[in-house]
Amino acid sequence: MAIVYSEEHEWIDVEGGVATIGISTYAAEQLGDVVFVELPDAGKTLAKGDEVAVVESVKAASEVYAPVSGEIVAVNDALADAPGTVNESAEKDGWFMKIKLSDTSELEGFMDADAYKAFADSQ
Amino acid sequence: MRYLPHTDQDRADMLATIGVGAIDDLFSGVPADKLLGDKLDLPDHQSEMAVARHLSALAGDNRAAGAGPFFVGAGAYRHHVPASVDHIIQRSEFLTSYTPYQPEITQGTLQSLFEFQTQVANLTAMDVANASMYDGSTGTAEAVLMAHRLTKCKKAVISGGLHPQYRGVVETLSGMSGGVVAALPPDPAGTEAIIDAIDDETSCVVVQSPTVYGQLIDLEPIAEKAHAHGALLVAVFTEVISLGMLEPPGAKGADIVVGEGQSIGNPLTFGGPYVGLFATRQKYLRQMPGRVCGETVDAAGDRGFVLTLSTREQHIRRDKATSNICTNSGLCCLAFTIHMTLLGEAGLRKLAEANHARACQLADALGAVPGVEVINETFFNEFTLRLPKPAKDAVRALAERDVLAGVPASRLEPGHADLDNLLIVAATETVTDADIAAYADALMEVV
Repeated sequence: MAIVYSEEHEWIDVEGGVATIGISTYAAEQLGDVVFVELPDAGKTLAKGDEVAVVESVKAASEVYAPVSGEIVAVNDALADAPGTVNESAEKDGWFMKIKLSDTSELEGFMDADAYKAFADSQ
Repeated sequence: MRYLPHTDQDRADMLATIGVGAIDDLFSGVPADKLLGDKLDLPDHQSEMAVARHLSALAGDNRAAGAGPFFVGAGAYRHHVPASVDHIIQRSEFLTSYTPYQPEITQGTLQSLFEFQTQVANLTAMDVANASMYDGSTGTAEAVLMAHRLTKCKKAVISGGLHPQYRGVVETLSGMSGGVVAALPPDPAGTEAIIDAIDDETSCVVVQSPTVYGQLIDLEPIAEKAHAHGALLVAVFTEVISLGMLEPPGAKGADIVVGEGQSIGNPLTFGGPYVGLFATRQKYLRQMPGRVCGETVDAAGDRGFVLTLSTREQHIRRDKATSNICTNSGLCCLAFTIHMTLLGEAGLRKLAEANHARACQLADALGAVPGVEVINETFFNEFTLRLPKPAKDAVRALAERDVLAGVPASRLEPGHADLDNLLIVAATETVTDADIAAYADALMEVV
């Protein structure tokens, strides 16, 4: 499945029932230099909309909300020492966490890359 | 001189603009019986000379701490502050002490804050310190809130040796966010079994050493038990000069160290403003309340100082901020930094030793009075006496003999009959041999 995007500027890449989550390249550019990412512990169960992470740049500290429900099966520990990865590779190496989906129907309604680009341009 | 800038015409214009007939109409929503009908029964205005005369007469009823033998402590201590401190803090480089949001024009203030943080971190043996809290008590409450955020637990276990007013501030501030306070009963001799009160629900254990009663507490076993349950140890002090002699809390496993900094650089000044010291481990930095100053380089590569990690603070993060502390006791913080710099490490140690020596001398003299017992086995510059009569009565009788003898424990912890005869007594470097002799002689007469 191709990467999809939420209106909260997160990207979601689903493979085998597990969603990899991060913030979009657009969001990373808006935040400026990311200096810290506060990630949750693996094993935690989330409901869609829960606050799961905080991304801190030199300008702001912003909450990241779970775009889907499920259990966190992995977090990107490499961001602790290299938060700048979020700026360099927001939609690949700068991923935040992997969530094992509990409700695949939640995936409906996200935007594809083109729709997200139009959405971001309108912001 | 008039203090009301508006003319009658101004008022009439304003009332006409908002469509109200008279000023009293603005108060029509207040029930009539709640409004003041007559003028307050106050004397007419007086000349400046008459006011000065009146206030001088009122001030004459005060007894200044330096006017005679003085042994009052319990959270605020009389120390000698060198005249050079007052001179240096008034230099223009340090004006104003207000929040230095523009680093390009506030390098003096920022550098002093940076050095303050370094001093506090060194004193407490912690990794990082903030650029001050309001005072020790609000700092302690902030430490508890920080522990709640970090551990996701809501219960603070409070030692019976913590200053009761600090406990009160913790109860007020943490209670507003649903925090639970499990406070142990007053513990004058330092014998409580606080480690038995720590469980998996505990977010932090708050322990003061020396306690409000003067007793030194071994923090290490408490830290171990707390960490075994995922809880943090908040180590508190009210007498910062004790850190000149004692092993720092950071070396004993404390996760947050917080205390009152008044003793260095700041006079008693009727109880405030004072300056709160706050330090923690690097890994908890982002949950630390208050502002942090950092060292950096400017565009030309020269060393400079800026506020850093501001995104945690309320002016950026609003209701998600780590704290709602708005400003700090900037001038008190500066006075602390200057005095500590003048003392240096060796000077602080000498000062601490002078305090402890005076307290030992006082304990020997007072403990020799028949019927009087020093209840603390170990102490720094403050200890608690058990008198053969209520401490409140003794303090009054001693004041009549020109000795300010200390703080009755019952004044801090009302409602505990077992504390009635306990008197908390402090001796700093300002106490003389004659003061101690006067106290011992007067106590002999009083008990």
